Amino acid sequence: MSGNKEVLVEVKNVDITFGSGKKIFRAVTNASFNIYKGETFALVGESGSGKTTIARAIIRLNNTSAGEILFKGKKINGKLSKEDRTWVQRNIQMIFQDPAASLNERATIDYCISEGLYNFHLYKDEADRQRKVDDALNAVGLLPEHKSRYPHEFSGGQRQRVGIARAMIMEPEFIIADEPISALDVSIRAQVLNLMNKFKDERGLTYMFIAHDLSVVRYFADRIAVIHNGRIVEVAPALDLFRYPIHPYTQSLLQAVPMPDPKIEKAKQLKVYDNSVEEESADDGALTEIIPGHYIFMNEKQRSGFEAKLKEMKELEKNQ
Amino acid sequence: MSENKKNLILSVKDLEVKFKVRNKILTAIRRISMDFEEGKVVAIVGESGSGKSVFTKTFTGMLEINGMISNGEIWFEGRDLAKIKSDKEWEQIRGKKIATVFQDPMTSLNPVKTIGDQISEVIIKHQGKSKSEAKTMAIEMMGKVGIKNAEKRYDEYPFMYSGGMRQRIVIAIALACRPRILICDEPTTALDVTIQAQIIRLIKDLSQEYGFTTIYITHDLGVVANVADVVAVMYAGQIVEYGNVEEVFYDSRHPYTWGLLSSLPQLGEKGENLFAIRGTPPSLFEEIKGDAFAPRSNYAMKIDYEQEPPFFKVSDTHYAKTWLLDPRAPKVEPPAAVAHLHERMLALTSKGGIYGER
Repeated sequence: MSGNKEVLVEVKNVDITFGSGKKIFRAVTNASFNIYKGETFALVGESGSGKTTIARAIIRLNNTSAGEILFKGKKINGKLSKEDRTWVQRNIQMIFQDPAASLNERATIDYCISEGLYNFHLYKDEADRQRKVDDALNAVGLLPEHKSRYPHEFSGGQRQRVGIARAMIMEPEFIIADEPISALDVSIRAQVLNLMNKFKDERGLTYMFIAHDLSVVRYFADRIAVIHNGRIVEVAPALDLFRYPIHPYTQSLLQAVPMPDPKIEKAKQLKVYDNSVEEESADDGALTEIIPGHYIFMNEKQRSGFEAKLKEMKELEKNQ
Repeated sequence: MSENKKNLILSVKDLEVKFKVRNKILTAIRRISMDFEEGKVVAIVGESGSGKSVFTKTFTGMLEINGMISNGEIWFEGRDLAKIKSDKEWEQIRGKKIATVFQDPMTSLNPVKTIGDQISEVIIKHQGKSKSEAKTMAIEMMGKVGIKNAEKRYDEYPFMYSGGMRQRIVIAIALACRPRILICDEPTTALDVTIQAQIIRLIKDLSQEYGFTTIYITHDLGVVANVADVVAVMYAGQIVEYGNVEEVFYDSRHPYTWGLLSSLPQLGEKGENLFAIRGTPPSLFEEIKGDAFAPRSNYAMKIDYEQEPPFFKVSDTHYAKTWLLDPRAPKVEPPAAVAHLHERMLALTSKGGIYGER
């Protein structure tokens, strides 16, 4: 998963802090990861872990206090020229969790979807704009006659489709989806995930998918980063993370997700997460590659421990 | 659903609930009959709008003002709750005998009252204790639900508690009157997975200690698998399948249950589309003819559009409301994902050895 692949987004040693002086709060500490072109990169963590904060820093809604964020090799955090800001705003779009709250209630769907087009004058004439909106609606499985309606006239799933259409119409290269299905019903979730996958295949999009639910991510993401207390503790290809969850936090998170299988669930013993491994390496740790493409946050002293754990897991797998 | 069950704690017969919305009538519950056995954890599963919350709200008289029970009986301790009219009468039941824990612990606590006052208030009201007695009991209760330093935190306000801690307080309040039934309405949906696991565990432990019957409302099949003894699947205001948890997960019969199980992202194969139930649930403003799920079902037959199916018996504890179980119906196999659910889940979880026993 590295080397020859084109890096689209690069996050390098980013710190994000809020407040100042004595009341300073560090929401994200030394976050580094790459997102490759055409992949779905998932950022998974509990609420307050800093996952949305990082996403907002990428689209320039939060300021970074250290480090660099690059998009297609160009620095996009900190001060930018107006031209560059416009370029970022256009090419990175966001899909939000709550489709009811992210759409303007007093605007028609037509306006909601074309808002970006208006802001950046991305249409030749009115007919061109209309055509673009119709195409976007069709693409997400809504009908052009829905244009004159208001957001409240739609169901949650339909509203999320509008949210997706509104991002897609900008023809972005990179989309940040912040818990796009958490507010939706089980049967609607699958529809929205399929739709997002369709766009990925058709248009070569790259996604950053923010979630707290590991079970969805396993299916949807190519690579997963697990974040805890503002620090990325493990990054791995999706299936690898499920096969060899090495960091104790990843393990506890995986274990906490209830499996829809009564025999497995009823036999499960809950372990309480022990923070000590993480604290031990808090000062001198770094994301270190343990198997190709699989990174763990650790210091040199912890390496042997993690390697032993990995070996144990591989043994266990062989014996099944 | 079958007769002569022992230790029934609550028995619902032919319940129908209607709402008046802008001069139109919406039928939220369409004739449900269901028995709740004492001590059994029942999980009611369904999408939003399927009526699962409305159904259980009738047990505590908490229907919104535009709602009414238009038919049916709800038998609890020898009285028909559907007949209760006054709030005064409801006070004998609601909170005291049947308590509810709601989804959002932010909104179910009073932000300008201390945590301690909110717990002891309930004890004073329902158990007639003095203020100091109530305080002692409240602190004990806080300890029971896992609040450390309960004595100190007694005088704190809700905003000083995290989401998970607040939900613990809500549970403490609900249990302060030693109810016989605890209704948990999506109690963990607003919480993180790690906290969710703790809260589920807590409710389980307390139900053993205090011996109350738990009714869970949730759309998360993972939670259902963890907590439930009995599962009722709801669709468009009706229960469409009902059975022991293993029967419903491993041997489901209703196409809607199949759809729910197949669309689980856990069962998704990379690079393939997830199974998605097409369309949306029917409008409850209009009368529903036949099987409400038929328009979205891949297994619908002609009769599904004409006549409502009755409950067919699968086993003594397992019933499904689908014409597919009629002897005259063609034999259909459930989708592959559902047929081998346990094997597929095992294949997922056995990796990495973090699930303990298997």
